Amino acid sequence: MYVAVKGGERAIDNAHAWLGEERRGDHDVSELSVAQIRKQLSLAVNRVMAEGSLYDPDLAALAIKQARGDMIEAIFLIRAYRTTLPRFAGSEPIATEKMACDRRISATFKDVPGGQILGPTFDYTHRLLDFKLAAEGGLTDAPEGDAQPGDVPHVLSFLDGEGLIQQEKQGAETPPDLTREPMELPANRPLRLQSLARGDEGFLLSLAYSTQRGYARNHAFVGELRIGDVPVEVDIPELGFAIEIGDITVTECETVNQFTGSKTEPAHFTRGYGLVFGMSERKAISMALVDRALRWEELGEDNLGAAAQDEEFVLSHCDNIQATGFLEHIKLPHYVDFQSELELVRKLRRDTMAGAGNTHAQEAAE
Amino acid sequence: MNDYNFAYLDEQTKRMIRRAILKGLAIPGYQVPFASREMPMPFGWGTGGVQVSAATLTPEDVFKVIDQGADDTTNAVSIRKFFQATAGVDTTEETDKATVIQTRHRIPEAALNEDQILVYQVPIPEPLRFLEPRETETRKMHSLEEYGLMHVKLYEDIARHGAIATAYAYPVKVEGRYVMDPSPIPKFDNPKMTMPAIQLFGAGREQRIYALPPYTEVVSLDFEDYPFEASKADHSCELCGADDSYLDEVIVDDQGGRIFVCSDTAYCASRQTALQDAAAAQHEEISA
Amino acid sequence: MTLQKSSEEFFTEFSENSAPRPLFRVANIEKRYGQRIGCTGVNFDLYPGEVMGIVGESGSGKSTLLNCLAGHLEPDQGEVLFDTRDAGLVDTVTMAEPERRMLSRTDWAFVHQHARDGLRMSVSAGGNVGERLMAVGARHYGQIRDEAIDWLGRVEINETRIDDRPSAFSGGMQQRLQIARNLVTGPRLVFMDEPTGGLDVSVQARLLDLLRGLVRQMGLSAIIVTHDLAVVRLLADRLMVMKDGHVVETGLTDQVLDDPQHAYTQLLVSSVLQV
Repeated sequence: MYVAVKGGERAIDNAHAWLGEERRGDHDVSELSVAQIRKQLSLAVNRVMAEGSLYDPDLAALAIKQARGDMIEAIFLIRAYRTTLPRFAGSEPIATEKMACDRRISATFKDVPGGQILGPTFDYTHRLLDFKLAAEGGLTDAPEGDAQPGDVPHVLSFLDGEGLIQQEKQGAETPPDLTREPMELPANRPLRLQSLARGDEGFLLSLAYSTQRGYARNHAFVGELRIGDVPVEVDIPELGFAIEIGDITVTECETVNQFTGSKTEPAHFTRGYGLVFGMSERKAISMALVDRALRWEELGEDNLGAAAQDEEFVLSHCDNIQATGFLEHIKLPHYVDFQSELELVRKLRRDTMAGAGNTHAQEAAE
Repeated sequence: MNDYNFAYLDEQTKRMIRRAILKGLAIPGYQVPFASREMPMPFGWGTGGVQVSAATLTPEDVFKVIDQGADDTTNAVSIRKFFQATAGVDTTEETDKATVIQTRHRIPEAALNEDQILVYQVPIPEPLRFLEPRETETRKMHSLEEYGLMHVKLYEDIARHGAIATAYAYPVKVEGRYVMDPSPIPKFDNPKMTMPAIQLFGAGREQRIYALPPYTEVVSLDFEDYPFEASKADHSCELCGADDSYLDEVIVDDQGGRIFVCSDTAYCASRQTALQDAAAAQHEEISA
Repeated sequence: MTLQKSSEEFFTEFSENSAPRPLFRVANIEKRYGQRIGCTGVNFDLYPGEVMGIVGESGSGKSTLLNCLAGHLEPDQGEVLFDTRDAGLVDTVTMAEPERRMLSRTDWAFVHQHARDGLRMSVSAGGNVGERLMAVGARHYGQIRDEAIDWLGRVEINETRIDDRPSAFSGGMQQRLQIARNLVTGPRLVFMDEPTGGLDVSVQARLLDLLRGLVRQMGLSAIIVTHDLAVVRLLADRLMVMKDGHVVETGLTDQVLDDPQHAYTQLLVSSVLQV
């Protein structure tokens, strides 16, 4: 006699035990420490913090270890943890002109006050596998210089002085919070930027790339890209002023985009904006390009029907945690649905065959 | 997991979800946006239902979870374990003992009562989504009651296939107003939706909650000359003999042999027990 | 009854007693795009069974006007009154959107220049015709289908094509299907935007012939925007000539075309004669 499959619970426990074993891998190889991940896979840690929307390098490193290096899984762990955290306060907006820059480049001006700083970049490295690293050798000391004192003004502020760049809207209203309120469409720019800042790097990269290839091209130059530490300040009502609670590393990108004017606006430059936790310049540049593409309506540009211009499309699909969950849910049992489809297909086939029989009979009669 | 609040979510979040539930109950079938949280299970795996259950459960509740009608499917087991750990509530597999039932894809066979709450997991709450992908447009269609397109789809089905080719997630109209997605339950379950229990629907990824108060009128869309039909496999259960329950088809050998068994495992088990008891009683009678 | 009667009440009473009530009344409509005038100072009444033609070159404001009248654009000022079944003349500009949408799928119809703007290209011809019926509550598949077959016949589309999608149709057929889809609910007012535009001359002639037949049979009230004077000559009772957003001449069609008063109308008419 048939006995229905039971034991889902034991199967799950066994699977998870196996997963733990696989995560650790061969015991002859020493175990990876969270500190090693944090210090030596820092760009992975940065990505997990950025898309996990939680600035905590230790937790991000732990998540990467737990996820066996699966970045989206690690981001997921951070997001789920983040949900449970109480919110004590909101910070003051960070002042990126006060950034202690590790890297700062402009593609639009040869030299700018504050100087260009190449910083620790992959740019201009020759992508040749370095076998010295495999031999665990090759510790090199970088030469040191003096940090630049004082604020580092934004490159785009020089264009602003000439009135050549679009004025950004100033407003006292509190921006909506994507993590506390349901997404409402059409969204405003603060909500869009929040969504992009935690959006999937690969998705934004491809969208940004598509704008460069002509799907809503917006002629972007990197006006400025800067990476470095900025202080975070929190206003303490009891004190009546804001105090610094720590530093975070962020990447900020402002693009300068050509704009030939529209029905309502004279020609001037416009901008796209990207701001991401950690050192994540590919993501920051992508974000700025997509932000700019999404601003077509506000600038009176034409809707070219490109994916990067479609706010609802971009915002509904840029979150990789939503995407991966829904994508992977199709491996859950669906046999009830499938059963109903099976019956329907069988019924339709029966009807069609019966129908075909009738038509033949009719034709013969005619 | 005692570091977490009762049923995982903090009280503020639960209050926010309860407000959405109450609004949903006040406007049956209307999709209420809510600030869905990131849960420790993936979107698409029941996060909406889990959040609704978390906001609904009290320490005295008895909780049942089914997936595909069964208590022991992997995702049902996983969600039950989650609430055992975070809420410490009693759980059961018996439908009539449960006060809150979370389900994916089925309505239990046994009739529910006024003291019960049925929580559905919903992947895509928008019944118009596959006719019109834009949320901004579909919300307008709902607010203006522009549902002609829904019937166009059914018309096209009949024109092409000779029958309405929707077997699950079969759209319904609630109290003559909102067109609603009943979640991917087989259409066999649609007629059960007018019931004494409260029905709550949670879509986590899509950030929507909707609800049906007890005895709400729920009508499956159809045409007068192509009426809605709550169909199931034309067999009876191999295990309990039921001919009124929704059946799973099980392939039993590599010759294509197949049998049909109840998808509602609790219903099937209770019938099997009753049959055995009856058989035992008969046996006693004979031997006596 | 109070002694003081509003002039409107007087007017309504007066018109009910002694003159037919207009179906559609347009009062002082203006639409601007920034500094540019879309259309301005447009006034007219349309009576049941009447067909009004609006002619002018492209850029004359006739399409802007039509879109304001049909509720697709919100005019900056003015009223667009329609004689509703429930409440008589009502301003459709200030009407709540649900009511306006209800109007546009029941008593109003809009025939687009490009059939694909007015059809659902991924839905069968039958579904296209049936949509408006279903939108107003038709729930009998067989009857909807019979009605669709009847309407396909009226616009000279073979009923064997009922389950084909419009993408498989020629341009002329698509346009006829669009007309059937619009007229199936027996609208009281039809807006048409260049209904013959973009079609071959021979196809145009057949479509015009068909439209004329339908207008006469059904006693349709319609507002037709076109740059093609042959269209209005055949279909319109009255004409409005537009230039740079202003109405420069109005009158009975034959009168305007045979004896144009305004210099611009004369130019329009003569350019047609040269063709």
